[in-house]
Amino acid sequence: MKKLLILGAGTAGTMMANKMRKVLSRSDWDITIVDQYKTHYYQPGFLFIPFGIYNEQDVIKPKNDFFPVGVNVIFSAIEKVEADKNRVLLEDGISLKYDYLIIATGTRTAPEETDGLMGNLWYKDIFDFYTIEGAVALANHFKTWKGGKLVVNITELPYKCPVAPLEFVFFADAFFTERGLRDKVDITYVTPLPGAFTKPRATKMLGELLEQKNINIVPDYNIMEVDNENKKIVDFGGKEVPFDCLVTVPTNLGADFIETSGLGDDMNFVKTDKFTLQQVDHENIFVIGDASNIPTSKAGSVAHFAAEILEENLLCAIEGRELTAKFDGHANCYIETGYGKGTLIDFNYDTEPLPGSFPFPGLGPFGLLKITRTNHYGKLLFRWIYWHILLKGKDMPIESEMQMAGKKL
Amino acid sequence: MSTKTIAGVEVNLNDEGYMEDASQWTKEIGAEIAKEEGIELTEKHYELIEWIRNKVAAGEGLTIRGIGKSGVVNAKEFYGLFPGAPLKKATKIAGVPKPTSCI
Ligand SMILES: Cc1cc2nc3c(=O)[nH]c(=O)nc-3n(C[C@H](O)[C@H](O)[C@H](O)COP(=O)(O)OP(=O)(O)OC[C@H]3O[C@@H](n4cnc5c(N)ncnc54)[C@H](O)[C@@H]3O)c2cc1C
Repeated sequence: MKKLLILGAGTAGTMMANKMRKVLSRSDWDITIVDQYKTHYYQPGFLFIPFGIYNEQDVIKPKNDFFPVGVNVIFSAIEKVEADKNRVLLEDGISLKYDYLIIATGTRTAPEETDGLMGNLWYKDIFDFYTIEGAVALANHFKTWKGGKLVVNITELPYKCPVAPLEFVFFADAFFTERGLRDKVDITYVTPLPGAFTKPRATKMLGELLEQKNINIVPDYNIMEVDNENKKIVDFGGKEVPFDCLVTVPTNLGADFIETSGLGDDMNFVKTDKFTLQQVDHENIFVIGDASNIPTSKAGSVAHFAAEILEENLLCAIEGRELTAKFDGHANCYIETGYGKGTLIDFNYDTEPLPGSFPFPGLGPFGLLKITRTNHYGKLLFRWIYWHILLKGKDMPIESEMQMAGKKL
Repeated sequence: MSTKTIAGVEVNLNDEGYMEDASQWTKEIGAEIAKEEGIELTEKHYELIEWIRNKVAAGEGLTIRGIGKSGVVNAKEFYGLFPGAPLKKATKIAGVPKPTSCI
């Protein structure tokens, strides 16, 4: 029996288990997936929790609901990959051999990396919304908050779902307006980027939107520490931003075992060939999702597009053929802009987000870099698609390779 | 793209003033670009510039975190050497491409 081992049963790992079980014969291939937790979180839903749109129950399901028949599931923490021995060590002393390994352990928030972030004010006036605990605590805080300086700060690049903090401030603007508090809430977006986003057109469009909504932006800001006593953040250059409520996107790191296994970069993201999705030093290790260091967004949509490429390349490798599929870094992100509307960006390694229509040229129904009601419904629909189609590894009517048709240069 | 004579050498610069060919770089060129940025280079600057050039030559990415762990300076000292936008300024002076942030 040959062995395929998948580390991490989040968005990407679950998708790959479903895809590979369909194409690898059950008599020749044993497939095992490992994760430390039994609950699957729909992370895009975390954004909606602080504003009372979703609650905890809306974003959780048991992981076991999503594994296909014929896959071994182990719930345990992963301790180390011994790549030279083709084996993985788990917390409880179990060691697992593999012929091929897929690493899909994602990224975690690491607030402990910033001095003072987890001080006296943590979960009192300082919150994150990238974890279920943070999102729920913030929802409770907002229920009785009387207003003041709301500061949203991105600690460091890269971080998953790069549009989420923007959506957060757009939602906050609408939320406090609807509660009649907007004149008492001063919203400031503090980012290490030189503007609202990375690429010129999206940056311009989203920057203008911030301005229209009366949200301040502090760019080129690299936080050094939080001064809990005086309620302000301080950057390495000494620039201070005072807050009454701080919403942080903490440093995002890959899993610790990536570091101890010698597979990653200085943020524990696995060094990965951006086209083949193979780990750079080991031919029988592949990487998918937020765990990799490929230069594109860390997003569920990216993992979805990469899954098709990974399936093909893994089959090539198994059959001893040259790897034929090449990932283009395709990302597709719905951006909530508040008041029941949203926008959409579609891009890859080489092409920045452009205006146009998606997925059908000229028809849409979704508008790229436009603010429409349909885009908002696209995002809401995504939760259903996520549970019922995406995780199960089923095909969607969208090409994995980014299409230029429908885009305006 | 444009060409410019810096410290007696004719170099190609991109639209943002970054050198196109890192191999043309000399300490004197670095000093002159630094002057335009309002920075007087010290031994510490040169030590860090060398570390940055080696990283880039090895095909590795540059981050403030990485520089903070370089052993040459910590992140705060890095800001002290290249005030304002340290990564942008340091790479420009070191004659290497501006780091792209991709998220
Ligand atoms: C607030 C928010 C909003 C988002 N919005 C969107 C959106 O609108 N659209 C979009 O496309 N994406 C969005 N995302 C991003 C998306 O959720 C992630 O990109 C996606 O889940 C990545 O999948 P993954 O499988 O790589 O990682 P994950 O789904 O995070 O899974 C990683 C798994 O590995 C396990 N693991 C890690 N380390 C270990 C270990 N040592 N031992 C055992 N198990 C381990 C974890 O328990 C986890 O189950 C959002 C994310 C957040 C936080």
